Amino acid sequence: MPRLGAVAGVVGLLTIVSLFVGVGDVTPASLANAVFGADDGSRHDVLLVLASRVPRTIAILLAGAGMAIAGQIMQLLSRNRFVEPSTAGTVESAAIGILAVTVLAPGAPVMVKMLVATVTALAGTALFLRILRHVPLRSVLVVPLVGLMLGGIINAVSTFFAYRLDLVQSLNTWMTGDFSGVLRGRYELLWLTFALVVVAYLVADRFTVAGMGQDFVTNLGMNYRAVLALGLSIVSMVTAVVVVTVGAIPFLGLVVPNVVALMFGDNLRRTAPWVALGGAGFVLVCDLLGRTVRYPYEVPIGVVVGVVGSAAFLFLLLRRGARVA
Amino acid sequence: MIDVLDAVKTYGSVRVVDGVRLTLPAGGLTSIVGPNGAGKSTLLSLIARLLEMDGGQVLVDGLDVTSTRSDVLATRIAALRQENHLTSRLTVRDLVTFGRYPHSKGRTTPEDLEHVARALEFLDLEPLADRFLDEMSGGQRQRAFVAMVLCQDTDVVLLDEPLNNLDPRHAVAMMERLRAAVDELGKTVVLVVHDINVAAHYSDHIVAMCDGAVMVEGSPREVIRPEVLSSVYGLPVEVHEIAGRPHATYFPPGRPSVTFSIA
Repeated sequence: MPRLGAVAGVVGLLTIVSLFVGVGDVTPASLANAVFGADDGSRHDVLLVLASRVPRTIAILLAGAGMAIAGQIMQLLSRNRFVEPSTAGTVESAAIGILAVTVLAPGAPVMVKMLVATVTALAGTALFLRILRHVPLRSVLVVPLVGLMLGGIINAVSTFFAYRLDLVQSLNTWMTGDFSGVLRGRYELLWLTFALVVVAYLVADRFTVAGMGQDFVTNLGMNYRAVLALGLSIVSMVTAVVVVTVGAIPFLGLVVPNVVALMFGDNLRRTAPWVALGGAGFVLVCDLLGRTVRYPYEVPIGVVVGVVGSAAFLFLLLRRGARVA
Repeated sequence: MIDVLDAVKTYGSVRVVDGVRLTLPAGGLTSIVGPNGAGKSTLLSLIARLLEMDGGQVLVDGLDVTSTRSDVLATRIAALRQENHLTSRLTVRDLVTFGRYPHSKGRTTPEDLEHVARALEFLDLEPLADRFLDEMSGGQRQRAFVAMVLCQDTDVVLLDEPLNNLDPRHAVAMMERLRAAVDELGKTVVLVVHDINVAAHYSDHIVAMCDGAVMVEGSPREVIRPEVLSSVYGLPVEVHEIAGRPHATYFPPGRPSVTFSIA
């Protein structure tokens, strides 16, 4: 069994690597020279690192951890291993909210976009769970299929309006995660996901019990609707923040919690650090890949995560077989 | 003490539980028996506030289960339903520890851990404590769920078919333990049981239900009688005295030459 500390060390190392990978040629030596030495020529190295590389790396870590935790919570609440914000209509609902703000109040600050996106994400996810209650055949695979269809419908509506209003490109930036635009001053909202992850950790037991089903929740004296509402709020807010700042990162909330569950189970109190760290590390690796495979060009993170994530997920499916149910 | 006052539960136009009136004294082991669809499990779920009632009232120790705070009730009643399909991966120890939640609210104390250890020992689960539930047999899982409910350490314990998936050895062990919980710890245990003879052997009180209503209730001697059981189950049942206890047999005698007549 790997140790949490060791994994944290690896992620820490990758974080440092991430600071020195990019078109601008910054090395640890040149950075040290710029900070401590008298070489004026490398001052811009410091600027580059502070204004772009550090924000980008922090954004990656926060978004990764947040989306992985959001996926894990969704899986416990829906009691289905294949549900995460991008297979439950949550991401598409957040995007339609941002689109609505962009159209109706073009000058609105990013905070307003985020709040509206949270509300629409909440509504979309609640709709998903409501539809599930009425789907008679709740087979393991029908559940995410329903979510994907709902997401497809919502996205179709968004695309229609975006097309008419010449906003298709904006819609694409929300739907496809990309960290290349992250600069100082444009990512700080993501710290909110950190706060939400901490909240999720503090109430972890409730979500674990929710994963055992409504009867267990009631038997142990908790209010099922309250647990559900809290969980959905966290998921919706994390999704809204990530979509509004860097764009959707698909599969992440599926792959990471499933791998962690396979190794350590689903007791969120114990696995939350693994899920958060795993999510952060996974996105970091994918982002480094995206930055290096076609150097000096970049492959958007959404694409890399999609490719790596779906491959990892297929592997999981084939390996676990029927046990996933 | 459990008081059920005219409890009603309907599904569509079917009254699954149809005005049940029942008083179960504190302490003692009560078995609810009856044919499929008699409303036994539904009644148990109503008492445990796992289902909403459509009419009537249930009082546990004088507390109305629909209006009393759920977290207060969770320290008084623990219930296990019949089907417990887990999609999440938990170890036996995790599961049993969650039984302490009503007391610990997630901050597990050394006292909670003692309860967990005792429950694991009580159900012979120590060697399996760190195994994942999805990697165990149905019977082992069933024992883990019962351990969780007992770990909740409530005065009233409601179990819907706790003998599900258990082999005879573990079924007997389970009943002996529930009996011990009643005799040594003074708990009130209510079970839904299918095996009439298990009910006859271990219960202080038997409630026979049919079509959503209580048909007969009383001591095993009063309920385990051929005319009572025959009408409850709609099947000829004979009752024999074995080792001083009533024992029901309900297989047509003399197979293959089927000779029984409907009396």
